Parts: sequence; C-alpha cells; structure tokens
Amino acid sequence: MKTGLFSHFNRAGAWVLLMFLVTPALIAIPVSLTPKRFLSMPKGELSLRHFEKLFSSPEWMSSFFQSAVIGVSTALLATALGTLCAIGLWRVSSKYSEVVRAFLLLPLIIPQIISAMAFYRLWIPMGIIDSYIGLILAHTILATPMVLITVSASLANFDPKLEQASKNLGASNWTTMRRVILPSVKPGVFAGALFAFILSWDEIVVTLFISKFSVYTLPRRMWNGIRENTDPTVAAAAVVLIAITILAFAFSAYMSRRNASKDTA
Amino acid sequence: MSALRRHIHPGWALVAPFLLLVAALYLGPILNILWLSVTDPEPGLGNYQKLFESDSLLRIFWTTIRICLITTVGSVFLGYSIAYAMVHCHEKQKSYMLTLLLVSFWISILVRTFSWLMLLGHRGLVNNALEGMGVIAEPIAFMRNELGVLIGMIHYMIPYAVLPLLVNMQSLDMRVMNASRNLGATGSQTFWRIYLPLTTPGIVASSLLIFILSLGFYVTPAVLGGGKVLMIAEYISVQLLVTLKWGTAAMLAGLMLFGVLAMLYIMSRFMKLSTVFGGSS
Repeated sequence: MKTGLFSHFNRAGAWVLLMFLVTPALIAIPVSLTPKRFLSMPKGELSLRHFEKLFSSPEWMSSFFQSAVIGVSTALLATALGTLCAIGLWRVSSKYSEVVRAFLLLPLIIPQIISAMAFYRLWIPMGIIDSYIGLILAHTILATPMVLITVSASLANFDPKLEQASKNLGASNWTTMRRVILPSVKPGVFAGALFAFILSWDEIVVTLFISKFSVYTLPRRMWNGIRENTDPTVAAAAVVLIAITILAFAFSAYMSRRNASKDTA
Repeated sequence: MSALRRHIHPGWALVAPFLLLVAALYLGPILNILWLSVTDPEPGLGNYQKLFESDSLLRIFWTTIRICLITTVGSVFLGYSIAYAMVHCHEKQKSYMLTLLLVSFWISILVRTFSWLMLLGHRGLVNNALEGMGVIAEPIAFMRNELGVLIGMIHYMIPYAVLPLLVNMQSLDMRVMNASRNLGATGSQTFWRIYLPLTTPGIVASSLLIFILSLGFYVTPAVLGGGKVLMIAEYISVQLLVTLKWGTAAMLAGLMLFGVLAMLYIMSRFMKLSTVFGGSS
C-alpha cells in the first residue's frame, strides 16, 4: 500500500517496540555478574560467584532436577494423549467433534487461577497434593491442549486419501497409524512436546497452589527469591532460564526449517 | 454392541482418554467450585451479594476491570503497529521481527517480572539512570502502584496481541487498497476508511484475547503491585491460602469464568477460534 512517511515512521516504531519486548529480560545478565552480595549492577569487576553458588546449592539443584522430571513426564504424557486425541477428532470430523475440540481447549484459555483452584480443591481429598503425581497430572491437563493444537495443524495438511490408500493396500489400522499417519504429523508432535515441556517448566500459578515442601520446582524457588528480592542467585537462575529458552527456541526453529526443506525436496 | 458401534465412530476411542481426564479431574472440580459459590458458607446468593455490600470487594473488582481495559487498549494499539510493520516490509526483515517477537514470547514470565523489579524499583536502574542524567530529582514511583503493573502486563501481552492481528492482516487482499489509491484516495484516507475496517476482526479477536488473559493474571500484579494493587486473581489466592474462605473465592472465580466464556462466545462470532489459537480447519 502506501510507503509514505507514516509507514517508515511506524516501522521504526515497531523496531523500538520489539527491542522494548526483548531487552528488559536481558538485564538479569549483568546483575548476575555482580561481585556484591545484594542485587546490583556490577561496577568495573565481574564475578561468577552467584553462578557458583547456584550450581553448588543443593536446594537450587534439586529444584532443577524436580522441574526437569515433571517437565519431561508432562511432555511425554501430554504428547501421547494430545496426539491420540487430535487424530481421533480428525477422523470423526463431525459437528460433535468440533464441540468436543472446543471443550478440550478450555484448560488453555480458562484463567490459571481458576485451574489452580480446581486442582487444589480435588487434589486434597485425592491425597496427591504436594506430590510429583499431582503436579504431573495438573500440568498434563494444562499442556495437552497445546499438543492437540499443533498436531491438528499438521493433520490439516495431511491428505486423507493417503490413509485410504494404505488401507486399500491391505495395511491394518494400527499399521496405517504407525507408518502413514504418525510420520506425517511428526513436526506437530515434536512442536507440541516442546510446548508442553516449556509450559510445565515455566508453570507457577497452579504450582503455587498444589506444592508445598516436598516438591519445590524451579519457578517456585524463583518466585520465593523474587519476593524476597535480595539474593543475586535468582539473577543467575534467571540467566540460566533465558539460555535454556533461547536454546529451545533455536532447536525448534532448526527443526521446523529442516522439516520445511524436507517438504520442498 | 454392533448397533452401538455403527452409531459411534471408532475415532472417539482415541479421544476418550483425554476427554475423560478433563471431565473427571478438571470440569468436575470447576463445577464443584461453582456449586460452592452458592452453598458456602450457607446456601443462597449471599456470596454474590457481598460484591455490592463490601467496599473492598467492589474496589478490587473495578481495579481489575480498569487494569484489564488499559492493558487491552495499550497492547492492541502497540501490537497493531508491530503487526502492520511486519506485514508491510521485506520478507527478511519480517523474519527478524518475528524472531524477536517469539523470543520475548518464550522468555519465562518469572524472568521478565524479576527484570522489571530490578529496572523499576525505587533504587532501580531506570530511576538511577534518569537521576544520573539529571532528568529527575526524586525517584519516580514505578512500583507498588498501577503504573508498574500496567508496564509489566502490557509488556507481557504485546506478543499475544500481534499474533491474531498478523493472521488477519496477512489474509487481506491488497488489491482493495490499491484500488482505493487508484480512485484518488490519499494514503491516510485509505488507511482509515478501508484498511482499518478490514482489520476489525483481528482487532476484536486480539482485544478479547488480551482481556481474557489479563483478567486472571496473577504473577505480574502480585509482584509489581507489591500488595498495593489488588486484582481478583491475587485476592482469590489470599482467600484460599490464608483466610480459607472458599465461598467468596468461588464467587469471584464464578464471575471470572462466566466473563471469560461470554467473551469467548463473542470472539467466536468474529473469528474462527481455531485460527486465534493457531489450530486447524
């Protein structure tokens, strides 16, 4: 359309805004390198003491480990449930299946504070509050809709005639699923697994309600650190989290580029 | 059995595990909470009545609505600018912009809130820098007030605002805009009378999405508000974890839930929900 003054002005503004989105988070990097014992910007000398403290602290390390266990279990469970569900809804494809799909996406859009209340309410009588199983179950319910979305997006590009062809050639339902459908939705499955892991790895609101002492995930420990707002170890932890985020992002970008080039080849 | 099988598509067997899980472990307790809102501590609409009788509840309610509205307007306005720039620039520049947007989308909410805490505090970096430059004499209070909460929330919501707008803008037929220019309209006339109306579905969808997300927002208001700006989500958590009053919390959750569902319904009239969530069909 118009490439007038306004457009140029707006583009410059958009770049400034995008910088505004990314840079504040990076402030944790210099702060984590401060040689002082309290949160401050380093002046002159830098020190890695807070990273040393982070990696030698049994509390922080156990939180890393617990978050990893819960995140991986959630990702596996959510990917299995979500993929099956997406394929099922895709095969049914009726007006009921669309209603059910909308219903199943609700855990993603209902405010987390309400989800937290719901799990808190039920987990107490079930006796799984403050346990691995409780957190994994709750995170799985929140994360599976993500997988449902990404796998459904892959299925939308899948030609149903391929399934027919496979069956006409004598393959059983199971073989068709394993050798025809699953390979072609693989990008969606991987993306879904990654999103599910990140959701669980990052989840704080529900976790605040359903964990207390025995399970203390990384976001939970960060939350405490943030509220106390003195110890620069939190800044070091934040830097580690940023690094992991960027790695995961680069990995998913690499995967999607590889899949894209495979499609064109 | 065979009659049943003829009526029920075998695909449902694959849907069943997750469907049952959600129904039993998610929908169940939510319905229970709605039930509590009219039965705890005593049956009746007493909890809902409190909303009109208690000044503090009413204030929290309006604070929440006000913050959500300002956040929505702010992030959709800024998001519109980003989405517009992204649609109207070179492919390469667009992919850089998308990368920045997604990186910020992916950085943990806790990390971002923590960063704002260091930046906006009384002795934070922003105040120090401004004082160093001689712009201000006294530190500005960015935190423990609505300003801080708004900065944190708008910062968090902008990527969510951009994505639906981007989908909408990319689907527009640019020939319409060219036709308008050829017929003698100026650039700004074309924008205000053609482009903006055509992007209404995107604006409505992203506004409702942001409003829904802001309504239940917990982390940023709790940290940057510093106990001074109480929103519904934080109030609910205090009621449950500190004062153990399920009735009031359930009433607020019920209101929030109906609000969210009503907005989803309006949203579905403007745009296919699945496109907003990046889904299929």
